[in-house]
Amino acid sequence: MARDGMSRRVALRLGAVLSAAALALPRSAFADTIRRRLPWGPAAADRPERIDARPGYLFFTDAEAAFVEAAVARLIPKDELGPGALETGVPRFIDRQLAGPYGQGDHFYLQAPMPKGVATQGWQMGSPSEVYRLLIPQVNRWAADAYGQAFAALGPDKQDEALKVLEKGDASLKGGVDGKAFFELLLQNTIEGFFADPIYGGNRDMAGWRLIGFPGARYDYRDFVGRHGEAYPLPPVSLSGRREWTGKQS
Amino acid sequence: MASDPAPVDVLLVGFGWTGAIMGEVLTAAGLNVLALERGGWRDTPNDFAVTFDQDELRYYWRHRLFQNVAHETLTFRNRGDQVALPMRRLGSFLPGAGVGGGGIHWNGQVWRFLPSDFVARSHNVGRYGAAAVPETMTIQDYGITYAELETYYDRFEYLCGVSGKAGNLGGKVQAGGNPFEGPRSRDYPNPPLAMTYGPTLFAEAAARVGFHPFPHPAANMSRAYTNPLGLQLGPCTYCGFCEKFGCGNYSKASPQTTILPILLSRPNFALRTGCEVVKVELSADRKHATGVTYVDETGATIFQAANIVVLSAYILENVRLMLLSGIGTPYDPRTGAGVIGRNYAYQITSSVNVFYDDKLINPFIGAGSLGMIVDDFNGDNFDHSGKGFIGGGYLGVVNTGARPIESHPTPDKTPKWGSAWKKAVAGNYLKTVSIATHGAVMSHRGNYLDLDPTYTDALGRPMLRMTFDFTDNEHRMSDFLTERASDAAKAMGGREIKANKRSGSYDIVPYQTTHNTGGAIMGTDPKTSAINRYLQSWDVPNVFVPGANAFPQNAGYNPMGTVGALTYWCAEAIANHYVKSPGPLVQA
Ligand SMILES: Cc1cc2nc3c(=O)[nH]c(=O)nc-3n(C[C@H](O)[C@H](O)[C@H](O)COP(=O)(O)OP(=O)(O)OC[C@H]3O[C@@H](n4cnc5c(N)ncnc54)[C@H](O)[C@@H]3O)c2cc1C
Repeated sequence: MARDGMSRRVALRLGAVLSAAALALPRSAFADTIRRRLPWGPAAADRPERIDARPGYLFFTDAEAAFVEAAVARLIPKDELGPGALETGVPRFIDRQLAGPYGQGDHFYLQAPMPKGVATQGWQMGSPSEVYRLLIPQVNRWAADAYGQAFAALGPDKQDEALKVLEKGDASLKGGVDGKAFFELLLQNTIEGFFADPIYGGNRDMAGWRLIGFPGARYDYRDFVGRHGEAYPLPPVSLSGRREWTGKQS
Repeated sequence: MASDPAPVDVLLVGFGWTGAIMGEVLTAAGLNVLALERGGWRDTPNDFAVTFDQDELRYYWRHRLFQNVAHETLTFRNRGDQVALPMRRLGSFLPGAGVGGGGIHWNGQVWRFLPSDFVARSHNVGRYGAAAVPETMTIQDYGITYAELETYYDRFEYLCGVSGKAGNLGGKVQAGGNPFEGPRSRDYPNPPLAMTYGPTLFAEAAARVGFHPFPHPAANMSRAYTNPLGLQLGPCTYCGFCEKFGCGNYSKASPQTTILPILLSRPNFALRTGCEVVKVELSADRKHATGVTYVDETGATIFQAANIVVLSAYILENVRLMLLSGIGTPYDPRTGAGVIGRNYAYQITSSVNVFYDDKLINPFIGAGSLGMIVDDFNGDNFDHSGKGFIGGGYLGVVNTGARPIESHPTPDKTPKWGSAWKKAVAGNYLKTVSIATHGAVMSHRGNYLDLDPTYTDALGRPMLRMTFDFTDNEHRMSDFLTERASDAAKAMGGREIKANKRSGSYDIVPYQTTHNTGGAIMGTDPKTSAINRYLQSWDVPNVFVPGANAFPQNAGYNPMGTVGALTYWCAEAIANHYVKSPGPLVQA
């Protein structure tokens, strides 16, 4: 995907002047008449897609990656309880999400006009990838004005302070873009990466699940329903199994 | 692009719960039925198999089974003096798209409304006086009674294999069930589910403070079950991927597990997927539907002739299709005249968390309807004198499964991120019980649906516009329910509790419930209702509109039990009366 093509689109959408360009609509359905049969077919399971497992980022530029790595490390830090978002692969999770259909806004309505609205009306911005691309430089510019350096270069305390200002919606970002909505998206994506199945690139070694005691993709607790108050004995399992079953890192 | 040249007896617009029920009853009556569904085919082995179903990110947060708002959404505002903006991402409610509709990813909470809910206006005025219903509150009686619907409720519950305990058999209150419910002709088809720890602790405390807890009626199987159509459902495994997910075990009632294998084997039924109905076509005098126009996957526009058109496309699309097709007079909130879009309502929810130090709750063990409920404060089960509101709701602990992106409760004043957050999440995930309240929403003059003047869907048709907010009645009622939930919470012996009361305007962002109601309501007077007591359009009598759109106001319960009962009732009216003598089943 051409980066400048992307940012032109971002500017257009967020400037609310996008012509009502027809969206290419991926539809999973098949126009099909079904009569006197159940349309089952072999090998037609709607399995999750594999993420691109090559090292490095597909969506983020170096500067974006530096911001996201620094921010998620403050949102869910590594501490005495164990690894945080950075150590469990959350930046890569977000990168793969933004490079894929979610990032393109495949389940977002993106047509103009896009006035701001009130909070109860919800998201009034472009696709997630557009928002990351447009907002990260704005946040860095604001951080440089307010704290003297781009976000990633600040110390942890200053980073926390900056995130709190962003969270409150008090960071004065250029172009009137919604820093609070961006913070909420970043936090949501970080929590997703920390707790989603490891097949999506985050939650490495199921560390998010082990932290809280969630057994993961298990499917049968019948023998444990009535055992009130007892610790569940089995370790978590991913949709791709467990490392010791396959000899591979999940 | 070939259109079906043969007109059909019955055309179903949308093939979720109401479409499947209609199709089953009407084909059994010998009619030739065609269903048009905008989404694709969906079934257990391919779309939500146990090998990949337990994927919180993909199914819930990335909306695998839900309506795609890129294609079709609505606009929303709280008040008529605001500009409505598109719901650009799903949040507050999650309608389905594809065969089975919302019936795939629902919870399976199957309720009957109270007898008094069907006569909400006359009952409340009768007990509390005319002043109890303010002028702007546009609640109405249904035009049908609980007693008339009882056998249809029973039919839906047996179709679904509901697990539960009757509280009232033929007027005799039964220990262990809901003592407030209307009389039933027989018990549920299956015994209650096995109970997890959280609901058990809640039920013990609730009984101690004088409430009457009972197991939530669940369309999740407590044991293997064969339904009256001969279809088999398997025992629930309590996997916790139920609400917002398909069931990989055939343990949750859905059109797929309870109806489709039989219906699809019948020679007088056909289903066409990938077909979006855009309009019901009317005769020149606008008193008769000739069929529908739909757009298929290739973009071709096709006319399909039909003798009877059933709108079974979920309440929001049912109302929109009526507006787009010119069936009935659109509602005007300024004058109060007109009926299509009138009396839109919803549900109001809140919760109270109980945090323990010493109890392992294991909240990941769950099923969509697994829980213990208190119904003492629903409907008119308690005296509302001096309370300043009417209506009510249930409260209880429902262990739907604590999937961690969605569910990681933290005590009051915990920051939303950082080390303190992480510590609170780690310390409380296994040890928290959440009591939910599930309240009614009355209808009000300013809450309605119409067509948006600005925004269109991917096919260029105007979107539905929703104008909705909670009023004082809902806030007072919800605060009261939250206080009662806190009464139980305090008796549960935890370290601390946190009451998450509902304040401020309705917000379309956080998930609440997919219990949208009204907009094409049933009633006895064509001036104040869109459809008659058989869910038949007053204006175009060969159009029937089953769905929660029929509710004149919302009750304190989940809708589908009542939607299912009303759909059976409507289908029988078509098969037994309408077909023999087509025309209005009720004279206006
Ligand atoms: C997460 C979740 C949990 C729920 N839990 C419960 C619960 O526990 N208890 C309860 O009572 N209710 C519950 N509900 C609500 C319940 O699912 C709905 O009430 C029920 O599915 C409504 O049935 P319906 O036939 O009206 O709509 P649906 O079952 O949604 O079917 C409508 C169908 O019409 C299709 N359609 C729409 N427009 C068109 C068009 N123009 N052309 C062709 N096809 C079209 C749709 O794609 C869809 O398949 C829940 C809903 C959700 C989302």
